[in-house]
Parts: sequence; C-alpha cells; structure tokens
Amino acid sequence: MAIPKVCGIETEYGIVVRNAELNAVTASSLLINAFLGRSHTRTAWDFFDEQPGNDARGLLLGEILAPEVETHLVNTVLTNGARYYVDHAHPECSTPECRTPSEVVRYDRAAEEILRLSMERALAMLPDGGEVVVYKNNSDGKGNSYGCHENYLVDRAVPFGRLVNQITPHFVTRQVFAGAGKVGCESPGSTPSDVAYQLSQRADFFEEEVGLETTLKRPIVNTRDEPHCDPAKYRRLHVIVGDANMSELATFLKVGTTAIVLAMIEDDAIGDDLTLAHPVTAIRQVSNDPTLHATIALGNGKRMRALDLQWQLLERARTWADRHGLDSVTVDDGKRILEEWESVLTGLERNPDDVADVVDWVAKKRLIDGYAKRHDLPATDARLKAIDLQYSDLRRERSLALRCGLRTITTDAAVREAVDTPPETTRAYFRGTCLAKYASEIVAANWDSIVFDVGRDPLRRVPMMEPLRGTKALTAELFASSATASDLIAQLGDSPQT
Amino acid sequence: MVLAMAERTKKQRTAPQREKTSPPETESTGGTEKTDRLKEELDGLLDEIDEVLETNAEDFVKSYVQKGGQ
Repeated sequence: MAIPKVCGIETEYGIVVRNAELNAVTASSLLINAFLGRSHTRTAWDFFDEQPGNDARGLLLGEILAPEVETHLVNTVLTNGARYYVDHAHPECSTPECRTPSEVVRYDRAAEEILRLSMERALAMLPDGGEVVVYKNNSDGKGNSYGCHENYLVDRAVPFGRLVNQITPHFVTRQVFAGAGKVGCESPGSTPSDVAYQLSQRADFFEEEVGLETTLKRPIVNTRDEPHCDPAKYRRLHVIVGDANMSELATFLKVGTTAIVLAMIEDDAIGDDLTLAHPVTAIRQVSNDPTLHATIALGNGKRMRALDLQWQLLERARTWADRHGLDSVTVDDGKRILEEWESVLTGLERNPDDVADVVDWVAKKRLIDGYAKRHDLPATDARLKAIDLQYSDLRRERSLALRCGLRTITTDAAVREAVDTPPETTRAYFRGTCLAKYASEIVAANWDSIVFDVGRDPLRRVPMMEPLRGTKALTAELFASSATASDLIAQLGDSPQT
Repeated sequence: MVLAMAERTKKQRTAPQREKTSPPETESTGGTEKTDRLKEELDGLLDEIDEVLETNAEDFVKSYVQKGGQ
C-alpha cells in the first residue's frame, strides 16, 4: 500500500547585485543574515550524517562524484522548519516537510516571502542605490542553470529500477503544465535562437536518464540516496528535473501529480507500457514544442503526444484512486489534484490560452507574444528575454508573474503565518517549535535531529527519524509542559524518538 | 503592491467553475468567454509592462549572469 507522500521543495534563486561591490556568495549571505536579523537568535545547520554522494542504485561512486557540502557558508534553520542557506553562489530555501501538496504550495510561497523580506531588509545594509534582487527561475539564458528540487517520501521496498522506468514518462511530459517557459535555447551545441520559445527552463540541461550528478550532465532521475529518515523503511526521491513555478496552481499540479504517480508506482498500478524509448531526446522534444503536437517515441515502438501520455496517467490515476483510495496524498488534496489535472489537460487540448491563469509557460508566452506584436519585435529582441527574466523577479513592484492574473490557492494571511510557524502534521512541527521556544539551548539542527546544549555534558541529540512523528497532535502537550529544553529532554527521557 | 494582491484575490474568487461539471456546449462557450476576458486583460497588462520593464533591456539581459547551481 502506498505510504504517505511527505514532500517538500528546495529552490535556488537567481541573484543580481546592483550598485554595490558584492559577489553572489556574499550577496546571498547578506540576504540570509538580513532575514535572521528579524529575531535575536540563529541556529546553525547540523551536517552530521549528510551523505549526498550515496547512490540509490547501490553503486560505489563514493567521493569522486559527491556534491560539495559547503560547510563554511551561511546555513540556518528557521522556526517554520525550513532551511535557508547559501548553495553554489545562490540563496536557497528548502520548505519544511509537508504532508500534502497544498501545504507545499503554502510553504513555497512562504519561501518567496522570506526572500522578499530578505531583499527589503538588505536594502538598509547596502550603500545608497545598492540593491540585491532575487529571481525565481532556473537559468540565466547563457547556459547556467540552478535548480528547484522536489522531495518525496517513497517506500524503500519499491525496486529502484521500477521507480526509474515508471516515473520518467511523467517527468518528461508534466512540462506541459509545470513548465515555467523560456525564451531561447541552451542545450549543448545549440545557439540561443535555435528555439524561440520553449515550455521548460530546465529541459536543455538534462543529458542523462539516471545518475547521481546535480550540476553537470544532469540526469532526469537523480539517484542521491540520502533519506534523512529511517533508511531501512524509506527513500527520499530527490527530483531535480523540474522548473521553479511562479503559479501556485502549477506548483500544486507539479507536486500533486508527481505524488500521485509515485503512490501508484508503490501500488504497482502504472505498468511498463508508457516507458519511453529516448527520454533525454523526448524531454527536449516536448519542451521545444509549444504547439503540443509533437510526438515522442515509446519503448514499444508507438509514438504519443505528451498530452496523450498525461491523459493516460490521469485515467490510470482515477482507476487507482477508486481501488486504493487517496490517503497517501490525503483525500481532500487527492480529489483536487485529479480535478485540476483534468481541467488543465482539457484547457491545453482546446486552447492553451485558456489556462494562462494556471500554467506559467502559457502566461509568460502571452506576455512575450503580445509585447512582440505590439512593438513589432523580432524573436531575438532583448526586451522579450527581459520579460522572460522579469516574470520571475520577486520584487512586487517589478514582478510580471504577479501582474498576469494567475489563480491562487493560498491566502496572504496563511502565507504570512507560514513564514514563522511550521506545518502541524509532520516532524517539521517539532523542529520549528523547538527553535521558536528553546533557540538559546539548541546547538544545531537538521532534517532528522536536533542537538541541545542543556548546560551539562554531553550534548543531547534528539533523533527524528520518522517524518510523520513530532506532529502537533503528538507533541503539543509535551511542549506545553516543557518551559525549557531541559524539561523537554527530561520528559523525552528513555524514549527520545518523538 | 496591495493592489496587485487584491487583484490576485479577486481573480481567485471570480475564476469560473471548472468545465468538468458542464455539458460540452457550455464548455466551449465558457472557454471562449474566458479567452476573450484574458485578451482584454492582456492589453492592460502590456501597458503595465511598458511601465515596469527594466529600462535598458539589453544591458539587463546581458548582465544577468549566474554561477551554475545544482
């Protein structure tokens, strides 16, 4: 039976410094420190047990390919359970673990607010006219890409080979509604004008079907085996193939449909007949075709449009839901995912402009086509690329995405609340609440543990190996009766697993 | 800023019910109405882009260079 799809998103933001002498790393640090200045305490990230070089296929690639863990850079944990840090010269924010896709949307929007607050507060720390600006996109148009990764809890019992074969068709075709849109082309050996406009920011950068890399020769399925929870029971599928979305519904669909497809794979409800012949070729074919008419080759010799493949997945998802229920994604979210999935595919079939309030690549394309027509501009005019970039500018006064009528599923109040308070239905509640209540007694924290210094040796590490423990329901009473971290540790006593 | 948010909220409230529950004829009419509405809004939006777009687009695009990430 499919397990609960605990999920989250980690976004690396593009960063630009204006009228100040700062490099990208320093500017990223400045943003994070500016945000942390809101409170008086800060808690460092704990690198204990990080193993980004472990490979889900069991290969011993070891340290040769292991991504660099930059322990010297600013890296912190927030009271909402998120991680906010400098990664590869970008500011990055990982949402806390969420129980549902709609909760991920709320915390992804909270991450945007955290970056906005950081930009605003950083202004006071810069010389007159100086500014640090962040962009929620994935490419600079010059061949450099930075990621928006998703994470999903998956049952360790699922054979990894099946997972790869059956999730790949979804990763290649979900671009039709999850793509953020891009002017130009950056695939190896191409020139920018080879493709005027494509669905995805990221598709150009994928060169392998499966692998451990995240910065070079990126694979469609990433094999990083670092579960941040009980490795005997779970994996964390680390998804690097997606775009960062400005549209809340696009994020909801991207995470929601992927969570459902993964649950279906756990229940062995997909089959192998949708396996692709050439996933790397196909991901670019789909991305390079805003008409949505192109077909991609399946392993069985047939050809299908990306939309046809998505209709197939939706149909199988409905059958699966009837048989197995939607508890893995929660019933409320599950029903909404299936409805929005059908609705977006229907719109894309009829006329993509119909879903310009849901799909980022459509919304962006309307602006670019409309602007080019109004001013009679060639496809290569810099103003069109500027619109592409500025779509994802997070400054409210400049963002084009905020102006183009995208439907929302959160409220401003709920997003504001999520900036400081954790989700209540995962272990992020325990992490965030500890940080809010006992920050001065916490030495470090990470996804699966918190280290306390309660004034006597040794330091106490409280493990959190179960993502669905440490919830409000399980710990509210404990927190209410623990005025200090010492009280908390004493109460946890012999059973520190919260 | 507040206005932009207010507009977003309004969009959410006035978004048409999804077509799934409507018969096919209504579906296509609903789609056309929505397309017309979006077309009208696009004109206003393009005016706004002229106001907020980076003034020197060429310099902006050229100087938007990122270090690679994950």
